[in-house]
Amino acid sequence: MNSAVLDAPAAPRPGLQIDTKWVVIGACVVLVAWLALVPLGFLLWQSFLTPQTAAKSAEFTLGNYVEAYSSLETLRLFFNSLQFALGAALLAFVIGGFFAWVNERTNTPFKALFFALSVIPLIIPGILFTVSWILLASPKIGIINTILQEAFGTSIVFVNIYSMTGMIWVDGLHYSPMAFLLMTAAFRSMDPSLEESALMSGATVPQIAFRVTLRLAWPAVLASLLILFVRSIESFEVPALLGLPVGIEVYTSAIYQAVHRYPSQVGLASAYAVTLLLIASLGIYFQSQLSSQSHRFSTVTGKGYRPRTMDLGRWRYLTAGLFILYFFVVVALPFLVLLWSSLQKYYTAPSFEALQHLTLNSYRTVLDNPSFGTAVWNSLLLSLGCATIVMLVTSVISWIVIRTRMPGRWLLDNLTSLPLVFPGLVLGLAIMVCYLTIPIGVYGTIWIMLIAYITRFLPYGMRYSSTSMLQIHKELEESAAMSGASWGMTFRRVVLPLLKPGLIAGWIYVVIVSIRELSSSILLYSPGSEVVSIMIWELWQNGQYVELSALGVMLIAALFCFVLLAQFIGKKFGVAEA
Amino acid sequence: MLNVTALCTEYASAGGQPVKAAQDVTFEVPAGKLFTLLGPSGCGKTTTLRSIAGLERPKTGEVRVAERVVFSSEQGIFVPPNQRNFGMVFQSYAIWPHMNVFQNVAFPLEVRKQRPSRKEIADKVMRVLGAVQLEELAERDATKLSGGQQQRLALARALVMEPQLLLLDEPLSNLDAKLRHRMRFELKRMQRDLNLTTIYVTHDQSEALALSHEIAVMNEGRIVQIGSPRDIYERPRDRFVADFVGTTNFLDATVISANSGNGRCQVSTRFGALDVQCDEPFRQNDTLVVSIRPEDIELSEQRPDRIDGENIVAGTVHAKAFLGEYLDFQVKVGENILLARAHPSLRTPVGEPIHMRMKAEKCVAIPGAH
Repeated sequence: MNSAVLDAPAAPRPGLQIDTKWVVIGACVVLVAWLALVPLGFLLWQSFLTPQTAAKSAEFTLGNYVEAYSSLETLRLFFNSLQFALGAALLAFVIGGFFAWVNERTNTPFKALFFALSVIPLIIPGILFTVSWILLASPKIGIINTILQEAFGTSIVFVNIYSMTGMIWVDGLHYSPMAFLLMTAAFRSMDPSLEESALMSGATVPQIAFRVTLRLAWPAVLASLLILFVRSIESFEVPALLGLPVGIEVYTSAIYQAVHRYPSQVGLASAYAVTLLLIASLGIYFQSQLSSQSHRFSTVTGKGYRPRTMDLGRWRYLTAGLFILYFFVVVALPFLVLLWSSLQKYYTAPSFEALQHLTLNSYRTVLDNPSFGTAVWNSLLLSLGCATIVMLVTSVISWIVIRTRMPGRWLLDNLTSLPLVFPGLVLGLAIMVCYLTIPIGVYGTIWIMLIAYITRFLPYGMRYSSTSMLQIHKELEESAAMSGASWGMTFRRVVLPLLKPGLIAGWIYVVIVSIRELSSSILLYSPGSEVVSIMIWELWQNGQYVELSALGVMLIAALFCFVLLAQFIGKKFGVAEA
Repeated sequence: MLNVTALCTEYASAGGQPVKAAQDVTFEVPAGKLFTLLGPSGCGKTTTLRSIAGLERPKTGEVRVAERVVFSSEQGIFVPPNQRNFGMVFQSYAIWPHMNVFQNVAFPLEVRKQRPSRKEIADKVMRVLGAVQLEELAERDATKLSGGQQQRLALARALVMEPQLLLLDEPLSNLDAKLRHRMRFELKRMQRDLNLTTIYVTHDQSEALALSHEIAVMNEGRIVQIGSPRDIYERPRDRFVADFVGTTNFLDATVISANSGNGRCQVSTRFGALDVQCDEPFRQNDTLVVSIRPEDIELSEQRPDRIDGENIVAGTVHAKAFLGEYLDFQVKVGENILLARAHPSLRTPVGEPIHMRMKAEKCVAIPGAH
């Protein structure tokens, strides 16, 4: 009694049902299949080819894999990558998970405020976060070192960000808000009465936290750790900025090095990329297995969900204090460092003397830079275009996956999620190889970047779309059909408006991550098609730290305003959830 | 008016096996009548309704509305739901939360191929809203309506398109008991006033009895009996029907004599010989089941005189339950227990002897092995 027939292909009667519905659905399916599969194919193909030079065309070889796997260097690369990713994932999880528990399950004051604040770290791009920690903790110019050295009158290096520890610290801290959000969701989906019954059995707060809460959240914990591991092993900014100068290579930075060597070794890079792809796929695979199991553990009751929070007593001021400290370290400190640096002529640690020389020079330099306008325009165009296309396509795809009984819809679902396993750099490489081979003239334009962004963020859009699609009762659509509305009409006037809150939220998210995007763009940009994040990267390469800071401050401020504005608009024009 | 012939609908279950949700469903509804599909959940009544609506695509069969074939597996016709012009009220009401009351009702008119003028739409919408007494609330957000108002709004939306056929899928099941009773009368009055051919799906037997011109009782995908409410209740032709509609006592019996043309026969039961109502042709020694409704068992402390066409059985009071309007007695006869419903004034204590008088026409013989 619960199947829909809206989807059953109508009997082939020409001119009646061959209408917008099938055109739209067909276009979306073809687009998703193309985006997800074609670059992957080219990447695999390329990894079996020798470098192409003017004198010699590419030949089939296994040499790339031999080179990638036979040297001792490779072992170190693998070990480094693993150490870095595991360390960063654990650090992020411990920090994020702890604050999620504090925020969801205890009576710490100002919780609503903390939850609202937790979204803010997302708007600081990874490259700016990394740069700000270099400005803080570099052995030569880092503020922490210079201040401590002055205070004690020594020249000892107190902290060195250019190290494995430094990389783990920065990456772990950067992904901790993500861990916070993941674990918050996990805690929220847990039936609080399970904890309450432990409380009634006489358990203490730590006993409940470790023996009930954590055990129940275990699948979610593992799943979150896996996501964080995959994100860390994919991250490019931290290893490139902190690891490369001191020779600590991980997969992502090795891929970048291989492409930028002369002659560029795309085959070797592809072989590395395939390895990285395998690791990421394994992680994502186990994560999805865990998530599907975790539904058995977590019970969302929905009815009367009012979790009783643990009374921490006086300790709750400590947890609130820790929260403020965390927020300071993750958001305020990086921003303030960038702000300080942007107001200087040359980068110097804060002092009364430096305070005399505050200047807005760097801002002028950035604004006068001819590529600034291009970069901003490109970033805007790409992020808005990408977000709009992603949300429209995923709304159709999620409709197909959730509403219809079309054969092969699970395949479509998986295809849409496939890009999740592509690390940004690998995706950039795959798309580069793909459109270098297929001569449709997108290589070297911003269109290739649009393709990369859409591919990369399709899974995120899908998550937002399908979550809200699941909340729309099937009968809302069926009643439109009974009222005489065609499929297109129903989709436009009933489905899309009802999806609106989810679509807007997803759109905002995709806009932000598109503007932050660096690791795919770095292999795809060319003069004239640079974006803001690339401009930051170039300023870093040129050593123009104060200009970089100025640009960073403007970018963060703009993103912040955008989020505020988007939330305001979303609240005003969004639909009240029925 | 509506002809459903040999309709079969199946759908793939989670395991990929086709589930036969409706099998060989055939019925006819004359114009202006309210026809109810009644059955427990999973019996195929909603599938049948959705197949008529076109929301499910049946495997075989034919659906014809006033000589227009909307589905026929033989001729390969399947008119999509949005071209059938049937009004439908869904179980969840399916009120669009992003539109107000007026917009919800106007929607079916706005999506027409020949869209009426704005004024025409407004007139029609307000007239329908008036009929369901919602005209005051036209500008209100649809989500801010009470359950009963939402139900009337869903009805208004189905009526505004002047449908050929009105399909109601458990429209009262989401309301609380008091409101359900009131809406039952309102729905009935409106259906009778508008003279609208209506298919009504419910699992609530009292709703079906109260509203319908005709009822089809369904079980396991098939229609087991079609008849007027009184027929269904008083002359069930199937053990399932007798059991599902109302409360009843079953007695295993064997035919002693299948006499005469008055529809009576004599059967032997564990209580001795009984005169029962036989609508089917029975022969001697056939086994059957006798259904007796609790309210058709008349209790008395004195043994009444037996007149023709009545059965008298003696027993003892086994247990009783006071239910306000009436009193339920469990009467023990040998090893069997019968449920009888009596006026609360009867106060025979537990353990005392009691006599049961049952009219033969109320003891209905139903074919079936023991």
